[in-house]
Amino acid sequence: GMDAIMLQEKLVERLLCARGRTMRQKVDKQYVGFATLPNQVHRKSVKKGFDFTLMVAGESGLGKSTLVNSLFLTDLYKDRKLLNAEERISQTVEITKHTVDIEEKGVKLKLTIVDTPGFGDAVNNNECWKPITDYIDQQFEQYFRDESGLNRKNILDNRVHCCLYFIPPFGHGLRPVDVEFMKALHERVNIIALIAKADCLTPNETKKLKDRVRDEIERFGIKVYQFPECDSDEDEEFKQMDKELKECTPFAVIGSNTVVEARGQRVRGRLYPWGIVEVENQSHCDFVKLRNMLIRSHMHDLKDVTCDVHYENYRAHCIQQMTSKLAQDNRMDSSIPILPLPTPDAETERLIKMKDEELKRMQEMLEKMQQQMHEKDQ
Amino acid sequence: HDDMENLEGYVGFANLPNQVYRKSVKRGFEFTLMVVGESGLGKSTLINSLFLTDLYSKEYPGPSQRIKKTVQVEQSKVLVKEGGVQLTLTIVDTPGFGDAVDNSNCWQPVINYIDSKCEDFLNAESRVNRRQMPDNRVHCCLYFIAPSGHGLKPLDIEFMKRLHDKVNIIPLIAKADTMTPEECQHFKKQIMKEIQEHKIKIYEFPDTEEDEDNKLIRKIKERMPLAVVGSNVVVEVNGRKVRGRQYPWGVAEVENGEHCDFTVLRNMLIRTHMQDLKDVTNNVHYENYRSRKLAAVTCNGVDGTKNKGQLTKSPLAQMEEERREHVMKMKKMESEMEQVFEMKVKEKKQKLKDSEAELERRHEQMKRNLEAQYKELEEKRRQFEEEKVNWEAQQRLLEQQKLDVTMEKNKKKGKIF
Repeated sequence: GMDAIMLQEKLVERLLCARGRTMRQKVDKQYVGFATLPNQVHRKSVKKGFDFTLMVAGESGLGKSTLVNSLFLTDLYKDRKLLNAEERISQTVEITKHTVDIEEKGVKLKLTIVDTPGFGDAVNNNECWKPITDYIDQQFEQYFRDESGLNRKNILDNRVHCCLYFIPPFGHGLRPVDVEFMKALHERVNIIALIAKADCLTPNETKKLKDRVRDEIERFGIKVYQFPECDSDEDEEFKQMDKELKECTPFAVIGSNTVVEARGQRVRGRLYPWGIVEVENQSHCDFVKLRNMLIRSHMHDLKDVTCDVHYENYRAHCIQQMTSKLAQDNRMDSSIPILPLPTPDAETERLIKMKDEELKRMQEMLEKMQQQMHEKDQ
Repeated sequence: HDDMENLEGYVGFANLPNQVYRKSVKRGFEFTLMVVGESGLGKSTLINSLFLTDLYSKEYPGPSQRIKKTVQVEQSKVLVKEGGVQLTLTIVDTPGFGDAVDNSNCWQPVINYIDSKCEDFLNAESRVNRRQMPDNRVHCCLYFIAPSGHGLKPLDIEFMKRLHDKVNIIPLIAKADTMTPEECQHFKKQIMKEIQEHKIKIYEFPDTEEDEDNKLIRKIKERMPLAVVGSNVVVEVNGRKVRGRQYPWGVAEVENGEHCDFTVLRNMLIRTHMQDLKDVTNNVHYENYRSRKLAAVTCNGVDGTKNKGQLTKSPLAQMEEERREHVMKMKKMESEMEQVFEMKVKEKKQKLKDSEAELERRHEQMKRNLEAQYKELEEKRRQFEEEKVNWEAQQRLLEQQKLDVTMEKNKKKGKIF
């Protein structure tokens, strides 16, 4: 009968984090053992696998696909056909999706890249972001329906978790279309602004452009994705690193689909007559910083912010609209089987306000009468 | 592209589980455990042994000490920390369960409790603002079987049949130190047989991909239902300090795998499968509850099983109802205020009236006083007049007398004509 317990103990060992293990060794008296909970969660998440939807937006030719390939070490765009200028005149903004399943160290990731060919390419780019905002909203709506349905066992989460927005390096900061786009999207999706094709900028020019863009982002009230604060229990080195990373935004990136030989190694890079640009060289560009933040440390936070903030805003907005529509129509048929219980809506709020004011008036009258009585008594 | 394939690289999303890990530590954990069973089966002792807290003590005794006439469902929360991990533990106990002469429906309060927690969660999930959604759903129910040695009692079967698709049930044989290993073995077999016969679905471990873990699951299944012994007392055995029960013939050790299955239970409940219990509650039991609730609603707009919950109408009708409720509430408040106002006005009016009456009275009083004074004065004046008249008369008399005297004198002197 000891087998079961022995096996259990082994499993528990695996589930204890380093901290838990040291604690266990130190403590003489027994311990309950729920310190394994985080690892129980960890195991389950590995078993379940992850999914992530990344949108890339920006004019053609800014190196978006190359960057995505570089980031995820895949070749998502193998059979892509690039349109020429003439063909692009009549093209409208499209939304295309590529999904790929990748695995690393036992962790599975279903990665979806949402592309926006045609964005910003036309002569008249008025509202060229509309197909994109529509797409994002559609995914929210789909999720809202699924979440409210009877059977929620296999809900597909197609919500866009992050949008990399590519700013051309040729200009002097944000162009009107950049500002309009980001403002249209910043409350629907996490935006990470990037300076594309940074290998045409000298370090000085890069710094100037970054400062300019950061300044304009703030001035125009654009809410880009904020990397959350460092945990207080992190060591000083990490905190310093975190601070430097944040000051480096917007990241200036370079991507490459080709391998070059640099400093005795084979690396992704771009071969120029005057030198070799290495994608993963931190003194050449911020690619590594972007990859570390986007994938290694903040991928899950991007998902959480999408779910807890952007989606919840959409949902709340949806519900308010439906409740006010309901008040108008006074009909109760709808194909959406949802179950939202709103906090007081606009109509009720107005009623409440009215009643409040009446109450106030009554209160004042009462006081006046009391005053009169008081005077009379005197 | 050949070049690409030869190039090794590490993207780094393998770190995702760690990101999840960190977040879960930061957020902390919650767990709600229910214990059900007749009095005296050692439930509180077991909880104390499991969680090494004195959740139940002299000050706050266990469910068996709290004599109840009807079955109650009571919860106690405790925040425990260990190894950097924070856990909010809620223990729900059911004093009075199975203790009456007639135990029909003694499971109903338990069912109501579980359903109400699910309903709370459903409501929270349906709100506009979902920032805080505390999870108070019951994640696991430890059901204590008395060590009769024969088999399950009708009450055990009734209870488990009604609860098995609402909550994870882990049946336990209580006070296992009253049986020898053989008796225990036999009892366990009998119970499992009856559980299967009655198609009772007790909590089952999830399948894993690792062979060793699957082996573990098989081994645990062989021991089900787990026979436990609890103790609040530490005794010394061979120089070691252990929790146990000291008998003249030896010590039954709580954490000795050959004495009882306490360690198996603790490892499984807390150390290895606590998260899974929560997941099954969320993904299976709660979803079943939710589907049932919503299906009853969307089918024909009228829910036949109307219980004390609010979700008995179509979702949009529900919104309308909420709105109407709000308006009604406001109207009620308004009418209450008006009532209060009326009352106050009445009070004031009455007071005014009283004041007026008082004033009136005083006025009368004063008038009467005045009149009295007036009369008095009149009287005095009359007296005065009388006196005056008398005095004047007297004066005239005196005058006359004086005149007469003078005349006499003058007559004598011959001066009168």
